Amino acid sequence: MKPEIYQSPKNDMNDELSTIEKTVLSDYKYGFVTDIEADEAPPGLNEDIIRFISAKKNEPEWMLEWRLKAFRHWSRLAAEEPKWANIEYPPISYQDIIYYSAPKQKVKPNSLEEIDPELRRTFEKLGISLDEQKRLSGVAVDAVIDSVSIGTSFKEQLGEMGIIFCSMTDAIQEHPDLVRKYLSSVVPITDNYFAALNSAVFTDGSFCYIPKGVRCPMELSTYFRINAENTGQFERTLIIAEQGSYVSYLEGCTAPMRDEHQLHAAVVELIALDDAEIKYSTVQNWYPGDKQGKGGIYNFVTKRGICKGNNSKISWTQVETGSAITWKYPSVILKGDNSTGEFYSVAVTNNYQQADTGTKMQHLGKNTKSRIVSKGISAGFSNNSYRGLVHVAKNAVNARNYSQCDSLLLGDKCGAHTFPYIEVKNNTSVVEHEATTSKIGEDQIFYCNQRGIDSETAVALIINGFAREVMNQLPMEFAVEAQKLLAVSLEGSVG
Amino acid sequence: MDTIEYLTGQFHEFPQDSIDRGLDILRQDAFNAFNTMGIPGMKHEEWKYTRINKLFNTDYSLSADPADHSVSTSDLGPYRLPGNKDANELFFINGRFAFDLSVIQSAGLQVLPISTAYNGEHRDVIAENLSHSSRYLKDGINALNTAFLQHGVFIQVGRGLILEHPVYIYNITDARTANIFSQPRSLVNINEGAQVQMVETFITFGMNESFTNQVMEVVVQQDAVVEYYKIQNDASHTNQVSTTHFRQTAKSYVHTVTISLNGGIVRNNLNMVMDAEHCESHLYGLYFQQGKSHIDNHTIVDNAMPNCLSNEFYKGILDGNSSGVFNGKIFVQRDAQKTNAYQSNKNVLLSEEASVNTKPQLEIFADDVKCSHGCTVGRLDEEGLFYLRSRGISEKIARSLLLHGFVVDILDKIRLAVIRNYADQLISERLEFDIS
Repeated sequence: MKPEIYQSPKNDMNDELSTIEKTVLSDYKYGFVTDIEADEAPPGLNEDIIRFISAKKNEPEWMLEWRLKAFRHWSRLAAEEPKWANIEYPPISYQDIIYYSAPKQKVKPNSLEEIDPELRRTFEKLGISLDEQKRLSGVAVDAVIDSVSIGTSFKEQLGEMGIIFCSMTDAIQEHPDLVRKYLSSVVPITDNYFAALNSAVFTDGSFCYIPKGVRCPMELSTYFRINAENTGQFERTLIIAEQGSYVSYLEGCTAPMRDEHQLHAAVVELIALDDAEIKYSTVQNWYPGDKQGKGGIYNFVTKRGICKGNNSKISWTQVETGSAITWKYPSVILKGDNSTGEFYSVAVTNNYQQADTGTKMQHLGKNTKSRIVSKGISAGFSNNSYRGLVHVAKNAVNARNYSQCDSLLLGDKCGAHTFPYIEVKNNTSVVEHEATTSKIGEDQIFYCNQRGIDSETAVALIINGFAREVMNQLPMEFAVEAQKLLAVSLEGSVG
Repeated sequence: MDTIEYLTGQFHEFPQDSIDRGLDILRQDAFNAFNTMGIPGMKHEEWKYTRINKLFNTDYSLSADPADHSVSTSDLGPYRLPGNKDANELFFINGRFAFDLSVIQSAGLQVLPISTAYNGEHRDVIAENLSHSSRYLKDGINALNTAFLQHGVFIQVGRGLILEHPVYIYNITDARTANIFSQPRSLVNINEGAQVQMVETFITFGMNESFTNQVMEVVVQQDAVVEYYKIQNDASHTNQVSTTHFRQTAKSYVHTVTISLNGGIVRNNLNMVMDAEHCESHLYGLYFQQGKSHIDNHTIVDNAMPNCLSNEFYKGILDGNSSGVFNGKIFVQRDAQKTNAYQSNKNVLLSEEASVNTKPQLEIFADDVKCSHGCTVGRLDEEGLFYLRSRGISEKIARSLLLHGFVVDILDKIRLAVIRNYADQLISERLEFDIS
């Protein structure tokens, strides 16, 4: 079907549609580069670089040892980059990547006011408030540019409640006991190729600790930005929710437009103790490459949470629109009895993007529940895969899982794939999985056309409806942005 | 592994075809592929849940001479399927086709040694289709069978023939005196407009170890209608890898039902390649295992061309220490628009020790399609049990009733009444349930 040339309607149908209208015509708008001097390590990866990073960060001896151990493990694996995912890319030259790049600041800022104004402008351009005066936004942000965290807002206010929210670098300095206790307790350094690489070279990330019984009063957020050229971003996030606590955490990512691929290999670990709840939301909008598939970020991320205590809950929500390649499986280990794991995902691929994403739900405790809702949208020449595992261990009495993964295909050159693994070793558990694949029905478009909605708007409307179940899980601040993103990512793919 | 050395020796011993090198080249390539790929282990994605390496630790013998089998008609008596008087019966003994025992009642049904057929008038269809399955099954096991395909047969159903008598295919392993490794191989050509009902079963004599690695490739020509039923109820010390590969070369209809009730390690590969427009295929399966049985159903449906319909529905009951695997793959190739492909898998776990691994997989490259898949794992419905028990039915009978109800919708897909009743009877006996 040929779309009509888009003409903006005289009367906006409603706000939602008008935002789509504005954004549908725009390109990747976060593709600018901030011209700021950076303090960089030479490219390459060896033990000296790791010592260099560790020394730069002024890390204690155990941390260095830990990194070196990870590096040695990675070196052993080096020849065996995982090949099982349904993605294709030329070999990555790990020796050409710059593993440390920090925006040069004369002195370490004591407060946010002292941050280099150029950096501050970067984040303002991205719509991220580092300015504590802007209380309206009500979100505490840790901003990470290239390899380092440049500032965390609302730190003091949160501190009063006993909440620790800071960069990983600061956490290693100020709370070494907590870091040492929990770091790599969910994702061991030997977990996989990219987790080992991350453990060896990670440069920063966010650390968050919610004490017993505290309900975090605001959304905590990290904004990741790759700026410098030829760098890889390797960050590490660790969130610990003590007994009875609650936290909602947001993560956003952007990168400049460049012709080369850049590597992003992050590790996120969540630990929920008794009765605690962690809600982790991601809007991933790394630069996806141009329309010919040139450039873009390789996003190889290991995210895993453990419901360590009884009655705990971990919920992952992700909107994946960016990256040339996404390789990401936010998982939950349901160890505590009566614990709950959730995974809500919208993954959009357009042009030559590739996504292989899904989740793993490991049911170990009694009466554990999990729910998976995955929506894949593929357009252009892209490939979009759902890969998920539901594992019910022998002692996971009364485990319950429901999975739903739907795919929507826009165009006849793209692919949608589903690889669900279901392993059940307990006969009291109930596991359900269902999936569908289809395109947008001509009858649906016709219905909209009849009511004066042109085809492109109709498609946007239908896609929004398709993804709604997941979008509803996002915190308010993110929902609007995510909706816009969805429209931008699919721009020009309809017809 | 000594078995592999033994097989290598056997491979080189067989005299090569002097007239035409075509089959020899195929065998040699397959043998090289086997040497490269080896026995699939748990790192092989398609063999993740089914371990067959240990089967190769047994010392087997391959049957040396096709005529030299010690199976008599009277041995077969009790194992023949009901309705055999009205059927064409084809016997494979230890992987070799037994011309002396087989009974062909239908004119137009023809069985030839593969080399005879290849050197005769069937060359084109064999050249095009023999070992077509290796394009889909990239593992040493399939290659190993192909390496020994000189013992295979070519089965042909003539043009436009509607076979009145069903074709019963028995894969018999005579393990009364030795451990047997057998590799039945056949290529079945169902010609234009032919209609045929096939029933295949596996039987082992004796208590020695047996391992059957069977490959059957079926070419379905234009307007042909094929019903294919596989009944697996062999002894629990027997193991099999059974590959059935359909290729629909023009618009045609295939209907399959696989019933697996017993065995040691049982692996079924069922492939449906829909290589033309307007093909329709149905794949039904039922597995009901107990003891230490392991059942693995791998299916591939390749919708290569537009306007095809495929429908797949497998149900399983796992009791005792048994384990089940279902892996259903649906491919919808680029340009295979207007494909409808459905898949469903439902499992009931009856015991604490039983387990199931299921992987319903979709790979879709065309947009104007309707595809769905679903799977469930659970136990018997407590409410259903309560309903029956509150009406004075004992728990045992109530369970049997519910389980029988669960399997009956697959049994109903068997259109050959004698076979349906036979399968129902086997299941009812296990459930101690009186079907009358």
